[in-house]
Amino acid sequence: MSLSHHHLNTNILPTLSATIPTPFPLVFSAPIVSFLSFIFYSPLSLPSSPPIFSPFPSSLPTRKKMATAFSPSKFAAQPFPLNTTSQNNPLTIPTTASPFLGSTRKLIRLSSSSNLNIRRRSGTVVAVSDVVKENKSKSTLNLLITKEEGLELYEDMVLGRAFEDMCAQMYYRGKMFGFVHLYNGQEAISTGFIKLLKQQDSVVSTYRDHVHALSKGVSARAVMSELFGKTTGCCRGQGGSMHMFSREHNVLGGFAFIGEGIPVATGAAFTSKYKREVLKEADCDHVTLAFFGDGTCNNGQFFECLNMAALWKLPIVFVVENNLWAIGMSHLRATSDPQIYKKGPAFGMPGVHVNGMDVLKVREVAKEAIGRARRGEGPTLVECETYRFRGHSLADPDELRDPAEKAHYAARDPITALKKYLIENSLASEADLKAIDKKIDEVVEEAVEFADESPVPPRSQLLENVFADPKGFGIGPDGQYRCEDPKFTEGTAQV
Amino acid sequence: MLGIVRQKMLEQSLKKIPPAVSVLRSYSSAAKQMTIRDALNSALDEEMSADSKVFLMGEEVGEYQGAYKITKGLLDKYGPERVLDTPITEAGFTGVAVGAAYYGVKPVVEFMTFNFSMQAIDHIINSAAKTNYMSSGQISVPIVFRGPNGAAAGVGAQHSQCYAAWYASCPGLKVLAPYSSEDARGLLKAAIRDPDPVVFLENELLYGESFPVSDEVLDSSFCLPIGKAKIERKGKDVTIAAYSKMVGYALKAAETLEKDGIDAEVINLRSIRPLDRSMINASVRKTSRLVTVEEAFPQHGVGAEICASIVEESFAYLDAPVERIAGADVPMPYAANLERMAVPQVEDIVRAAKRTCYRSVS
Repeated sequence: MSLSHHHLNTNILPTLSATIPTPFPLVFSAPIVSFLSFIFYSPLSLPSSPPIFSPFPSSLPTRKKMATAFSPSKFAAQPFPLNTTSQNNPLTIPTTASPFLGSTRKLIRLSSSSNLNIRRRSGTVVAVSDVVKENKSKSTLNLLITKEEGLELYEDMVLGRAFEDMCAQMYYRGKMFGFVHLYNGQEAISTGFIKLLKQQDSVVSTYRDHVHALSKGVSARAVMSELFGKTTGCCRGQGGSMHMFSREHNVLGGFAFIGEGIPVATGAAFTSKYKREVLKEADCDHVTLAFFGDGTCNNGQFFECLNMAALWKLPIVFVVENNLWAIGMSHLRATSDPQIYKKGPAFGMPGVHVNGMDVLKVREVAKEAIGRARRGEGPTLVECETYRFRGHSLADPDELRDPAEKAHYAARDPITALKKYLIENSLASEADLKAIDKKIDEVVEEAVEFADESPVPPRSQLLENVFADPKGFGIGPDGQYRCEDPKFTEGTAQV
Repeated sequence: MLGIVRQKMLEQSLKKIPPAVSVLRSYSSAAKQMTIRDALNSALDEEMSADSKVFLMGEEVGEYQGAYKITKGLLDKYGPERVLDTPITEAGFTGVAVGAAYYGVKPVVEFMTFNFSMQAIDHIINSAAKTNYMSSGQISVPIVFRGPNGAAAGVGAQHSQCYAAWYASCPGLKVLAPYSSEDARGLLKAAIRDPDPVVFLENELLYGESFPVSDEVLDSSFCLPIGKAKIERKGKDVTIAAYSKMVGYALKAAETLEKDGIDAEVINLRSIRPLDRSMINASVRKTSRLVTVEEAFPQHGVGAEICASIVEESFAYLDAPVERIAGADVPMPYAANLERMAVPQVEDIVRAAKRTCYRSVS
């Protein structure tokens, strides 16, 4: 599976590589430097395979082959008329829906959504390696996953969905509070990527991080307790919905500011490389995944990190979960060039676009990207086209999105699609899948019970953990925490 | 107080100097002079050689030998994997350093001046300072942010702000402001060894100044405790509390005041967060008068915090209102004479001290 974006106009990698310095030249001996520069020079001729990427409708044979993985109807079905000219030039799309008008006008909404779907048409093209292509073209017997893998993926996605639905219920019952951002509809990305990681690989996410934490291995009970604000949560109730940290599973957050997690992920990847090169832990090949959204791709820190990651060849994969909406701001209204994967080659890394509603495709792309990072070939930018079924957060009335668009994506539910695939390819029976559904329901129910019964944090926990090494801060003259002072709430104690 | 006892114990454990040696040292005169620049350079050098997890990151720290030559020679000694020249992306590289620190390596991030840290302040506060708390102790961030802070000479409004109060208001950060070479060495070494995020505020105008250093200070395991102030000059009439360059001004003011019969006690705060409230309060209880001096903007500043602390804890001991000397409440002007007026001078401190002693009307 290749990832380089071999588009005729954007083939700038060979010229870039000649001048890119690396900060670790002294570590490598001369032959290896030239070897690396060879790899850098021509990602197009990577041993894996030549790239295949075509946004133009003329390359029908490619698409047909890809279609065998899932039902071909996904690609062919178009509820709205196709406009090939606008497909070639995405910049013409917003003009029918003027970016300066609110999306309250029904006419514009309809046409903008039709344009969206036209955009989606170009999005259905996926970079697929020759190897996979050949496999699919031979016969449907050569499948992408085994039964165990299929069931694992299904279970993980169902856990994500059931958990988020339960979160919504609990929020409306008042057990959860504050900002809660749900991941319904995007499970394929989390499952497709994170299930390929080892425990020591790290994941950095945004505020929409419950499912990333669950996929990485944090138990449902710990996450649910954290959301309820109980002391048995993964951060003992001190983090909350938007700040899921787990040292054990290497989940590095949970960041509320968009774009904030990207440099942190780049730093974690940097440490992996530093450990290998300076601290001489020779087998340290930990990979970092940074998840963020389409809105973040307009943020300066995103570009800064693309630059540094490519410059220093860090083992990181930048995963864009492009769900087209940043709260109520459509991606097309906010971005000059909406095709995010194109921004990768501008910095010297491959940019791939993949259908994020299809967990198997995501998994294939992820395998290649993570493999690249592990081998030390550098970062990759993966744009996953996806959709969130619910609003931005549980407080979002979600009025700006067109119901037709929502219906279109609801029809492409990744869980239903995987279920269909498993059954059609005889990898699992209805009964197996129903058993998994039931098991997950029980897990989630048990998580809620556990969270309900857990205690709230004690008062003494308020001042804990500010420092790893506190030097008397927060401790009163009598050596006790100031908040234990009975006069604490009366305003006479000195804090 | 348990706090002080614990700090003393920590101080002793940090110093790690065998008692026999220190006995000898107390007889040796402080013969050597060392500039702040050399003090910082030697501290970085020693910490980097002691622990291979320590690395430097910043603009111009490598081949340019440091924008203010603080990191001179370190690239040649440790190589480009440990002394990283970054692109001009404060937000990006600060975040990268914080992410690296999550995994236990110890970055020392240099900001060319702390004014540029405003571009990265989201990472300093949200990703570094708050993480140990948000993750409930799972992830600590052993990072140091260092660089020159405060006014230099004629650099204009955007290069002259003092950030001590900004960073010191945030729980989860430790904020240090050295004055002398001994402070610079000891506090930087302590900061690098500390498992928490530390903001280390240097001063550009002090880089070239020499201070006497004893052999104790030159020892490679010399560390100063974080959270303890130092009494630079003992006195009994008025307490002058200052940090960074203003300590020098306060000492000069104390000399002037002595001629007028006022015996000033000068406290070098060293640590803005945690603030050594106990020492300041003990000193004020002794002298009954307080003048705080800082170069920063007056509103919500370090002086305001010290004043509040005194009022809360030692109000009955005060004989006069607390005097706050701070920079003028304007962005720093460029013209040399205006700049001199915008920054506290020795005369201002003398006048304020006299006001507290009811010796003058102004």
